Amino acid sequence: MHELSIMQGVVELCEQHSGGRPVLAVTLQIGALSGVVPEALEFCFEAVTKGSLLEGARLEIERIEATGYCSECGILSRIDTYFDSCPSCGALSLTLRTGEEMRVKDLEVE
Amino acid sequence: MCTTCGCPSEEHVHHHDHGEHISGGKISVETDILDKNNRYAGQNRALFREKGIFALNLVSSPGSGKTTILERTLADLSGELRCAVIEGDQQTDNDALRIAATGVPVRQINTGAGCHLDAHMVGHALEELSIAELEILFIENVGNLVCPAAFDLGEAHKVVVLSVTEGEDKPLKYPQMFHAADVMLLNKTDLLPHLDFDVEKCLEMARRVSPGIRIFRLSAKTGEGMAEWYEWLRGKR
Repeated sequence: MHELSIMQGVVELCEQHSGGRPVLAVTLQIGALSGVVPEALEFCFEAVTKGSLLEGARLEIERIEATGYCSECGILSRIDTYFDSCPSCGALSLTLRTGEEMRVKDLEVE
Repeated sequence: MCTTCGCPSEEHVHHHDHGEHISGGKISVETDILDKNNRYAGQNRALFREKGIFALNLVSSPGSGKTTILERTLADLSGELRCAVIEGDQQTDNDALRIAATGVPVRQINTGAGCHLDAHMVGHALEELSIAELEILFIENVGNLVCPAAFDLGEAHKVVVLSVTEGEDKPLKYPQMFHAADVMLLNKTDLLPHLDFDVEKCLEMARRVSPGIRIFRLSAKTGEGMAEWYEWLRGKR
């Protein structure tokens, strides 16, 4: 359940960047292979933000799909797991391009 | 590259004032949520480099034999390599006591409700260890195949321990962890005659998730296979 400490990190980052103003909304970018479950983040958001500048804020999560680049055929494809083979040529040598993101994108302040 | 201010690195640290990015109540942040941990990890890594310390982060599910591997490794190598251990558990100092019995310096971190070690905790544990002459630091993480995968501690390698009683498909079930690791210890191989565990299948799955992963098959109980692990450690000091 490290979504809780992830969310505590979000609150800390937002408070640093908000210049002391109450935060109305925060947008996160979470990659499909980041190991973080967006629903679990949403679940603990209210509890973690209580008493912080983010209390009552809106949480938006942009999900970023995982993509892998195949060094055999040169094609970039959407993938679902770390162990997917290239959908075009079947090679196993995919290099992850996106999907591990765990970012605070932006904030909306009062 | 940072889309906000053009900082060159993906993992840059925003030290500058973000007031400059404010427009219409929106503030661009574009920062990794684990940024703080990553900065502490960077400090640990710089310290390890400066002191010439080879640091390993041992991760696994509970009961895979991390502490037993360490006990045997330290008993066999502490005469020739200067080692220290940081032990992570939610509660108790049982593992630290086991390590202390080998005569090697050890610090226990209790994470309480926490499910992983973070780089900040490790930094503080390092302050309490005498590291001036240290060659190898083993950090035994909390037994958990999920959360410790995301937290860089500043180590040179994440070493994932998998015991043959756990099932050969663990690398596919917990791909984040096996992807993050580049060394794997397949432990308890002395039990293989009693199990249906398919070693080759397991190793193939581990390599699919983490191509190039270095794998040692060993039994910390009988000592089988430990020599190759020791040889690798000796080469890293």
